[in-house]
Order: sequence, then C-alpha cells, then structure tokens
Amino acid sequence: MIEVTDLTKRYAGRTAVAGISFAVGRGEIVGLLGPNGAGKSTTMRILSGFLPATSGTVRVAGYDVFYESEEVRRRIGFMPENNPLYPEMRVREYLKFRARLKGLGWGASRARVDTVMEQCGLTEVRRRIIGQLSKGYRQRVGLADALVHEPELIILDEPTIGLDPNQIRSVRQLIKSLAGKHTVLISTHILPEAEMMCSRMLILYEGKILAADTPENLQRLMAGGSQVIAEIAAPAEELRKVWAEMPEIEQYDVSAAEGEFQRCALTPRDGYDLRSAVYNLAREHGWKLRELTRSRHSLEDIYVQVTKPSEEEEI
Amino acid sequence: MSIYFTLARRELAAFFLSVTGYVIIAAVTLLVGLSFVVLLTNLGTDPQSAPVTEIFYGTFCFWLIILVAGPVITMRLFALEKSSGTFETLMTTPVSDFAVVAAKFTAALVFYLVMWLPLLACLFFVSHFANEPGALAPGTVGGTFLGILLVGALFLSLGCFASAISRTQMTAAILSFMLGVTLFSLGFLAAAIPATAQWQTSVLSFFGLFGQMRDFSRGVVDTRAVIFYLSLTLFFLFLTLRAVESRRWK
Repeated sequence: MIEVTDLTKRYAGRTAVAGISFAVGRGEIVGLLGPNGAGKSTTMRILSGFLPATSGTVRVAGYDVFYESEEVRRRIGFMPENNPLYPEMRVREYLKFRARLKGLGWGASRARVDTVMEQCGLTEVRRRIIGQLSKGYRQRVGLADALVHEPELIILDEPTIGLDPNQIRSVRQLIKSLAGKHTVLISTHILPEAEMMCSRMLILYEGKILAADTPENLQRLMAGGSQVIAEIAAPAEELRKVWAEMPEIEQYDVSAAEGEFQRCALTPRDGYDLRSAVYNLAREHGWKLRELTRSRHSLEDIYVQVTKPSEEEEI
Repeated sequence: MSIYFTLARRELAAFFLSVTGYVIIAAVTLLVGLSFVVLLTNLGTDPQSAPVTEIFYGTFCFWLIILVAGPVITMRLFALEKSSGTFETLMTTPVSDFAVVAAKFTAALVFYLVMWLPLLACLFFVSHFANEPGALAPGTVGGTFLGILLVGALFLSLGCFASAISRTQMTAAILSFMLGVTLFSLGFLAAAIPATAQWQTSVLSFFGLFGQMRDFSRGVVDTRAVIFYLSLTLFFLFLTLRAVESRRWK
C-alpha cells in the first residue's frame, strides 16, 4: 500500500527526514513512533501529498505522491496534527462538505456521513457547532472526516493527543476496528498506544528509522537483557556456588538483603526462563524463598534506549 | 465543477456564519447612508446637474469602503486556513489549487456585491422621495455597479494574493491595504509628474482609478478601463494561484 524509498526532506538548514525507506502492506495498522521532532509529521505530510520530498520516492497504492497527487489524495484520509476543523460549522454540515470535496455525490455523501457519524458516535451531536464541542468529540469529527470517503489508506497524526483516558480508549477501539478493511498509519509518541493498536511499529529518531518490527519482536530483541531476581535465605558462598554450576545462567550477582536473605540477580542465556529452576533449587535445599520475579524489558525501555540522545550530541 | 461550487458555497457561508460578515455589511450601510445624508443636504442648498451616482463616487466614504473592504473581506481566505491548520486538510483532499483559488475569489466577490446592495436602497430613496427619477436611471446605476464590480474585483484579487502569501490575517490585511493604497495613488502620480515625461504619463493614466470610476458613475463604459481592470484582476489571481502552488516548490 505504501512504498517509501530513500525519502529525504530538508527544510532550510535542517534535515527533518534523512533517507528513510519502509513499506506498509494492505490492511496493516502501522505505528510511527518517536519523540517530538523526529520527523513523524513531516513523513505524514509528504505521504498525504501536502509537502514535496527533497529526494526519494513515495508511492501510495501504486501512485507517486508527487506526480499523481490527485489520485493519491483520492485514496487517503488524512487527519493532521491538532486536528484542524472549521469551528463555525455544524458537525453534519462539515462532514457533508468534506464528503463532497472528496468527490462523493449528493446521495452518496448523505449516506456515508450518516454511516461514519454512527461509527464514530457523533449522531447525537450532529447538529451542534464544532467550535462548541468537547475535544473528544472534535477528535471524533476529525476521524469521521478521514473515514468518510472510505479511503484505502488512513493517516492519523497523533490521534489521541490531549484526550482523557476514556476518550483515548474509545478512539483506540475505533482505530482497531479499522484493521483489515483499511490500511492505517498512526503516529504517536506514546508507546503503550502503539503497542496496543499496531501490528507493526517504526521507531523514528532524528529523521531515521531506528527499528521496525512487530511489538512482540521488538520486545524479544531486547529480551536478552532480562533478569530474574530471587531473594533466598542462604549463605552467600553456597548460593554463588550453585549459580556458577547452573549452565543456563550467564551471569549472576549476589548481594546481601535485610536479615538472612540474599538478593540474587541472575541473567539467563538466550532468554531462558529461570524461575521454575530457581524455585526447585530452593525447595531441594530447604531454603526460604521470599521473592522470585522476572524483570522484562518493556517496550518503554527499548524506546528510551533507542531514542536516547548519545553523549556527544548532548554537549 | 461541483467541487468548485461546494467550496464557494462554504466560503460564502463562512462570511455569514461569523459575526464579521454582518459587521462589514453594517459598517458599509452606515457609511453609504451617512454620505447620502450629507450629499442630499448639500444638494438641497446647492443644486448640481450631475447624476447622484457621480457625486456619490467622489465622496470620501466611497473610496474608504473600496480601500478598506477589500482587505477586510479577503484577509481570512488563505491566512486563517494556514494559521488554523485547515489549509492542510483542505489541500489533502482531491481538489485542484485552481478550484480553491477560484472558489475563494468568487465567494469574496459575491459577498462584496451583497455588501453594496444598500446603495440601491439609497438611490431608490433619492428617486422616490426627492422627485429625482434620474437617480435610478438604468444607465447610471448599471454603470456605477459595473464600476464597483470591476474595482472591487481588482482589490479583492489583491487581497487574495496578500492572504495567500501571509501566515496571519493581520499581515494579510496590512499588506493588501498597502497594495491597494499604492494602486490608488498611482493615478494621482500622473498629475504630479511634469508633462514632458510623455510615456510615463500615459502609462500612469491607466491607473487613474478615480477618473475611470467617474466615467462609470455617469454611465459611460470605457472598454480600455474594463480591460485594464479585468487583466489586472486576472494577473493578481494568477499570482495567488502561484503562491498557493508554491508549497510544492520548496
């Protein structure tokens, strides 16, 4: 659905996007993740045909976004950052206007507007003035607008920004329900959001793609660093001996906790789950075990690690 | 074509959905009415043979409306969309840049003509109550409105251009007011420069908005003036189109 090759965008004296390439298949929900200023919005604006690329090509549904811009725009529903709307118009009137602009006929636009209002939960506010709606409703108006002409590709730039938790949940559910029928590209800087909604994530930082994979794979990629923490009441030397003998353990560290307990941090080989082995060992020796946890690197850690500015850059 | 009408309808509706449209119309009605009261009081003591429309066009109020209304009507068109971000949603729909410019200009022009309708009422009062049937003669009224239309179209196209290259409404208004005043003053420059400068005088005489409007208000339609206004209007609309397209050049 989307093919991006060597896309670069330079603004005067600043490179916003530096030679990125990626592809998105039909029906996928892909998250574009990165800190503010990573080039997410710029990439989306180029995809939607609003801005030209400095170099590189972008094809949407087989059409070039620059040379066949109108064909591309016919096939996308784009909700820009901050969801700009005409505040003086009424919800239904606005959606009908947008449907007509996107080439829907008189009858078709009426039917589609009613459908998307139903889909986005806007039916009860259809006669209200957009400027007087709450932020959650306005966001839904923006989503309804992106959906109204049944586009093949939906591009949403920060769709849940500034919403309260309930509103975020309903917007997420709505987006998830689009999978399969539409291809969706979402940008966000909130990680759990991408984790929940997307089948694939692209982590963008300073205009480059740092990682691109499914949320599970990204997690597995970093799982090598996971640790098992066990607090066992036993002499420290004995514990060290036991850990050294276990082949599954790559690295261990024993430190004194309060009382008779020792805190052991065990790093397994190849992401092996050590917990049952540690429990069995403690039972065999008759040691008291009061804590046994596996610390998993969450995507949060991956994100922070990947997008952390390096030392030299900070100086 | 239907996209053009959809856009033009929304643009026109936007004038009436906010209070600005009504404020502009009220202000113009006040100014036109005021100048007619003054004008009729003067005519009562000092009769003249010229048509009422010709005397009216020469008043300060007429040119004030022309110079100020253009920027006020057009400042919104592009600058507001750019500052609020709706320009992005608009331009990512399958509409052509040409349709956007044409629709916005049409809407501004229609609103501008609606704004001038109170003038007809004033002329009606003159003809009906002052026993002056000539005030509503088709020739002078038609000529006056044609002049108003042509001058207005030119100033609105200036405003469209200013709005298309500005980020905020205020900049757009100031810029188009400056352009308008410059254009208006060019005609007076012809009188100021020495008569020996032959071609300069003849070039500048084309810019004599004041003189051309006097002909229109007498019911005289000079094709040179008509072509001058139309070509300059198209020129500024062309510049507007280029300005809208320019985001694709960067």
